[in-house]
Amino acid sequence: MKNPRLLPLYATIAIFLLALVICFIQFPNMFSTRVLGNLLTDNAYLGIVAVGMTVVILSGGIDLSVGSVIAFTGVFIAVVLRDTGLHPMIVFAMLLSITTLFGAAMGGLIHGLAMPAFIVTLAGMFLARGAAYMLSIDSVPIAHDFYDLLQSYVLLPGRGRLTLIGVLMLLVFVAGMLIVHKTRFGTAVYAFGGGEATARLMGARQGRVTVAIYAFSGFMAGLSGIVFSIYTSSGYSLATVGTELTAIAAVVIGGTLLTGGAGYVFGTLIGVLTMGLIQVYIVFDGTLSSWWTKIVIGVLVLSFILLQKALVRLAQRGNDSVHA
Amino acid sequence: MIVSTLRRVAPQLITLFALIVLITLIFPSFLNLTLADGRLVGPLVDVAKRSAPVALLAIGMTLVIATKGIDLSVGAIIAICGASAAWAVGAGYGLGPALVIALAAGIACGLWNGVLVSVVGIQPFVATLILMTAGRGVAQLITEGRILTFIDPGFGWIGSGTLLGLPVPVWLWLMTGILMALLLRRTALGMLIEAVGINRRASMLSGVNARVLLIAVYAASGFCAALAGLVVTADIRGADANNAGLWLELDAILAVVIGGNSLLGGRFSIAASIIGALIIQTINAGILLGGFPPEYNLVIKAALVVVILVLQSPNLAGHFGFLRDVIRARREAAHAPQVQETKP
Repeated sequence: MKNPRLLPLYATIAIFLLALVICFIQFPNMFSTRVLGNLLTDNAYLGIVAVGMTVVILSGGIDLSVGSVIAFTGVFIAVVLRDTGLHPMIVFAMLLSITTLFGAAMGGLIHGLAMPAFIVTLAGMFLARGAAYMLSIDSVPIAHDFYDLLQSYVLLPGRGRLTLIGVLMLLVFVAGMLIVHKTRFGTAVYAFGGGEATARLMGARQGRVTVAIYAFSGFMAGLSGIVFSIYTSSGYSLATVGTELTAIAAVVIGGTLLTGGAGYVFGTLIGVLTMGLIQVYIVFDGTLSSWWTKIVIGVLVLSFILLQKALVRLAQRGNDSVHA
Repeated sequence: MIVSTLRRVAPQLITLFALIVLITLIFPSFLNLTLADGRLVGPLVDVAKRSAPVALLAIGMTLVIATKGIDLSVGAIIAICGASAAWAVGAGYGLGPALVIALAAGIACGLWNGVLVSVVGIQPFVATLILMTAGRGVAQLITEGRILTFIDPGFGWIGSGTLLGLPVPVWLWLMTGILMALLLRRTALGMLIEAVGINRRASMLSGVNARVLLIAVYAASGFCAALAGLVVTADIRGADANNAGLWLELDAILAVVIGGNSLLGGRFSIAASIIGALIIQTINAGILLGGFPPEYNLVIKAALVVVILVLQSPNLAGHFGFLRDVIRARREAAHAPQVQETKP
C-alpha cells in the first residue's frame, strides 16, 4: 500500500459518497442548488472552527474553549456595535486580536505548566463563557448596514444561494490545507502529533509551536464567531454550547487520528459536509425525531475510530512483516 | 485511617472552611441551622443537599481519573438512568424494580465505556465522548421527547425526603463515599487502581489484571452516575432528557481536580473530591447570596482551575520546593546566631 495514512481519508470520502447516493435514491429533490447552498451556509461556522480544531488535534492536543469563544465573539461584536459607532471591520480586527491572544495565552499555560490541554482549555471555556455572560445575558441584535453587505449572496441556477460565508468557509479550508501541508509550522504540527520528544530532538521549538497552535485555533474560533454573527444577525451568550464536541466529531469523522500525527484538513471538510448531510436527511425524512441525529453521529464517530484502529493495526502488521 | 485521611484532605478542608468563614463574614445568617419538623434547615444543609449530584459523580470520576482516564458521559448517563426510572415508575413497575432498572442501566453504560477503553483500546476521551453524544439521544428515545413526570411518593422521597434530620441526598453521597473508601482502602483495590493509573504496562507485567480493573472502574462511574440520576430525577419528579445532568461532568471533573487528584493518574482521594464538590457548591451559594449575577460563577471557576493547575504543575514543583527550602534556610539562619553566641 502506497501511503497507509491516506486510507482513513479514502474511507471518509467513500462513506460521504455512499451517504450522497443513499440520499439521492431516497430524496432526489435533495440535489437542488437550494439545499446544497443552504448546506454550505448552515455549516460555514462549523467548518471554520473545525479547521482550527484539526490543527490542534493533529498536534496531539485538544481545544474545548472554541464554542464559548464563538459565543463571546457574537456578544462582543453585537454589544460594541450597539454601544459605539465603530465600523464592523475595526471591531472584527479588535476581536480577532483578542481571541488570538486568548488562544496564545492558553497555549502558553499548556506549555509553561506542562498540564494537559484538556483542563487548560476547559478553564478557557469557563472564562470565555463567563465573559460572554458578563457582557450580555440576553440576545443582542445586530443591525448595521455593513452586515447587509456581508449577508449577500449569489443566485445560482435553480434559485440556490451561494452566500459570502459559504465561500469564506471554502477559502478557509484551502488556506488551512496550505498552512498544514506547505509551511514549516504545519510540519512542526505533524511532528508534535507524532511524538513530543522526537519533535523536540528534531529541533522544533515546543514552546513557540504550542503557543502558535492554540493562537491559530483561537483565531479560527474568532473568525467562526464572526461568521456565526453574520449567519444569525445577533450575539447570544448562550449560543454554540457543545460546538467544540461537534467540531471534534467532524475532525474524527474526517479521518484525523485523535492521538495526533495523522490526518488531513480536507478530511475535516468531508466530515463537516457529512454531518450536515445527516441533518438535511433527517429534515427531508420528516418522520425521524431530531435526536436520532445525535445517535447517528455517535455511531459514526465510533465506526470511524474502530476503522482507524483497524487500519493502524494493519499498517503495523505490514511493517513488521517487512522487517521480519 | 481517619487521621491519615484528614491529613491528606487538609488543604481542601482549609479551603472549604475559609470559604464558609468568608461568606459568613458578609452574611452572618449563612451559619443558621434550625430544627423544623424534625429536619435540619439552613444554608449549609442546602449546600450539602445541592452538591449531591456532583459529589456522587465525583466519587466515580475520581476512580476513572486515577486510571489516567476521563468519563465525559456521566451527564448523559444521568439522563438515561433518570429516564429509565421515570419510565418504569410510569409503566407501573413500582419503586423497587424502577431503582434496579436505573442502576442496571448505569452499570451497563459504564461497562460499554469500560470495554471500549480497556478491550478495544480507544482513548477514554473519545470513548466517553461517543456515549455523551449518543446517550442524550438514547435518553430522548426512552422519554419519547417529553418530560416524563411521576407521582410516586417513594421515588420523590429520594430527592426531597429526610432521614434522621438530614436530607436523603446527603445520606446518599455520604454513604456512597464511605462505602467506596472502605472498599478501596481496606482491600488492595485502591492500590491496584493507583498502580494501573501510574503505569498500566508495568502493572500488567506485575500481574495486575488491568483490563478487568479498567472495566470495573468505568462501571463504578456509571453506577455513581445512576445514583446521581436518581437524585436529579427525584428532585424535580420528572425526567428531562435534554437538561438532566447537562454539563455536570465538567463540574465533577473540576471537583476531582480541586480535590488534588492529578489528571495524569495515580494516587487518589475520594474524600478530597467530595470536599471539592462541596467547595464548588459553596462558591455557587456565596455568589447567589452576594447578589452577584450567576455569570460570575464561571469566571471564578476558571480562576480556580488556573490556581490549581499552577499548584499541581510539575514544572513549577521545583520552584515551590526551592521556595520552601529558602524559607527553611532563613528560619534556621535566624536561630543559628544564638547558638554561636554561647560559644566562647
